[in-house]
Amino acid sequence: MFESVLITIATAATPLLIAAIGELVVERSGVLNLGVEGMMVMGAVTGFGVAVTTGSPWLGVFAAILVGAAFSLLFGFLTLTLVTNQVATGLALTLLGLGVSGMIGEAFIGMPGQKLGIIAIPFLSDLPYVGRFLFAQDPLFYVSLLLVAGVAYFLFYTRAGLTLRSVGDNHDSAHALGIKVIAVRYAAVAFGGACAGLAGAYLSLVYTPQWIENMTAGRGWIALALVVFASWRPWRVLAGAYLFGAVSIGQLHAQVIGVSIPSQFLSALPYLATIIVLVLISRNRRLTMVNTPACLGRPFVPAR
Amino acid sequence: MEAKRDGEAGGLLEVRGLTKIFGALTACDRIDLSIGRGEIHALLGENGAGKSTFVKMLFGALEPAAGTIEWKGERVSIPTPGAARRLGIGMVFQHFSLFEALTAAENIMLSLDEKAPIMQIAERARELSKAYGLPLDPFAHVGDLSVGERQRIEIIRCLLQKPDLIILDEPTSVLTPQEADKLFETLETLRDEGKSILYISHRLEEVKRLCDRATVLRHGKVVGHCDPRQETAASLARMMVGNDVEAVKRPADSAGAHETLLEVTGLNRPAANPFAVPLRDINLSLRAGAVLGIAGVAGNGQGELFEALSGEALQDVAAAVRIRGKAAGRLSISGRRLLGAAFVPEERLGHGAAPYMRLSENLLLSRHATDGKTLLGPLGTVRNGALTAAAERIVTAMDVRMSGANPEAAALSGGNLQKFIIGRELDRQPAVLIVNQPTWGVDAGAAARIRQALIDLARSGSAVLVISQDLDELFEISDAIAVMHDGRLSSPLPIAEATFERIGLLMGGAAPEHHVGEAVETA
Repeated sequence: MFESVLITIATAATPLLIAAIGELVVERSGVLNLGVEGMMVMGAVTGFGVAVTTGSPWLGVFAAILVGAAFSLLFGFLTLTLVTNQVATGLALTLLGLGVSGMIGEAFIGMPGQKLGIIAIPFLSDLPYVGRFLFAQDPLFYVSLLLVAGVAYFLFYTRAGLTLRSVGDNHDSAHALGIKVIAVRYAAVAFGGACAGLAGAYLSLVYTPQWIENMTAGRGWIALALVVFASWRPWRVLAGAYLFGAVSIGQLHAQVIGVSIPSQFLSALPYLATIIVLVLISRNRRLTMVNTPACLGRPFVPAR
Repeated sequence: MEAKRDGEAGGLLEVRGLTKIFGALTACDRIDLSIGRGEIHALLGENGAGKSTFVKMLFGALEPAAGTIEWKGERVSIPTPGAARRLGIGMVFQHFSLFEALTAAENIMLSLDEKAPIMQIAERARELSKAYGLPLDPFAHVGDLSVGERQRIEIIRCLLQKPDLIILDEPTSVLTPQEADKLFETLETLRDEGKSILYISHRLEEVKRLCDRATVLRHGKVVGHCDPRQETAASLARMMVGNDVEAVKRPADSAGAHETLLEVTGLNRPAANPFAVPLRDINLSLRAGAVLGIAGVAGNGQGELFEALSGEALQDVAAAVRIRGKAAGRLSISGRRLLGAAFVPEERLGHGAAPYMRLSENLLLSRHATDGKTLLGPLGTVRNGALTAAAERIVTAMDVRMSGANPEAAALSGGNLQKFIIGRELDRQPAVLIVNQPTWGVDAGAAARIRQALIDLARSGSAVLVISQDLDELFEISDAIAVMHDGRLSSPLPIAEATFERIGLLMGGAAPEHHVGEAVETA
């Protein structure tokens, strides 16, 4: 029982984790992309569609990554090259993604989907209590953990990561040092898009292997909140994602058990938790201000 | 050695006809300049004369519209800062240069082209800092460091690139006099090692002391080359400004008993954010007829003090701030204005004035409460006639120069907008005026006018509090000077007893009781 709850929490947390770790890199470079939801849902529909038509869920995963990245580059072109407002463009990207995915996905509604299989690591997966949770999971679960470790290492132990953080901290200084601010931000935005696309594929190829319109159901927004919750630190994103995963699974179990609280209220719990966490975090301004990339959301126009 | 310093034998940099145009403004107009090896060359000019634009072109941050740059006898183009560094041109910036969220070593690493591990860079930085007497902790976060310490990082970072030419942009504007002396020693050591330095400043005394040659810019043009040691401060000023700047006159304060108009008692304020300075037990009292200057290195709580006095931040205890005897600590900005106080914040655009509103509208923004009867109609409607007339009165009184009647605030130059903002408060004849950095980035003519207006207001029976980083300015206008350091305010020194040395020591954090003569000898 305990282990199967853990596993369901992991399936709820993994898409949040993947999308959030991508957005963390974007925001560390000083760009605020509110289009996570849109990129995620595009990844979901692409992953499902490609997997169904080719019969290969792996091709679906790769297609979702590519589409997520391509979609984010549209955002990058608008906000970085044409210097449009990042908040408005991000919102537009979300609306566009929801609309386009609904249109493409029309044909896939009700179709049986493909599912990524489980990779069980011999011996380790037989460990009591945590064996199946840690070592007999879908491949994207492992990918999500590697992403966190990789991003943490990249940001704090590599020169490229230092460059990325410097661009987010002060783009004028970075420019004066000869760092290509716009190029760094394009790369970060594309990585964030790829992650969001992958997170979407997780939903339609692992979580519920089918296509439902708007199937991301606000997870992109939760991922955005997670980045703030984690105060832009990768390992805290991991903690946050599992906390939110636990809340959303907890409410499902509560509904099954028949707790005498209206089910609508229980379904709203993860979102309520998001709001409460954001309020609590913004109360502690010291914590947020120290880690917030100082150039977050600020457009960069070099004088030439 | 002398031949080398002439700059003709071993020419290092030769710039001819360098031009940069921004829209309608020619920021640099055919600038010629040459620097020899082992020379400290001053680039003099007022704010907006084109000094920064010029060096940005040398450092590859801006692209020249015309002109040639010769480096070590060869014609070069410098498209990026990286290219400048590879040639051997290093720059110590004044603004926009360090990353606050990163450590000193990380900051240095980012500017080096080679891929050395961070520990090795930290070690080299430490060695170099020892060799030049610039103490530095490579693993301290820049955000936690003082301005002087930040500048050390910049200099070390620049030296690690082994440059032949080091450009310093207004390096002493944020230092205490003692820190500046230390910097001059470092620069002289570098010169003796054969490095060249391009030294940008508008401070004439230090240029006379340090530099071998000078190039003076005015309105983007070279107006002369000279040997600053042969000139007087006044003759250099004339070259920079184009005409004589009128000296500010400070008539003696009329003797006799004066009412205390502003009184601050035990003012404390916790830091509002991680980068703010908490105010600790501030006491001051200011009487009618006097100007009190508050000196201090930037970021020692001056901004926080201004916010507390103006009512942007309220006090816990109403009696902590008294304006004309009334407890004002819990009053809002308008409430304090109604008691007769007036405030001029540091930031002109965005704080002192709304950039895209006209001057008359900006006038209403600060005076709707105090002058509602004349400026507003019975239903709160704006009386545009009265407003425009008042704005015109201020423009005439302060000699604000602008193109067209009643322009948007952002269309004015910094000096002219500052004259308007100060004039807007003076027009009310406030009993208490509190000004933060009255002439920051303002040209000499406008600065003299503003300073005179502040003195005149005080002598007409008001109390004036001036917060400034410019010690020359404070010595020019104040009757007494107090110093802020780390959120504390020293007791004021009457101007007759104040010297640069004493104020400088207080700015550096020396205790007020400290015997000044001893401290200088041991330092």
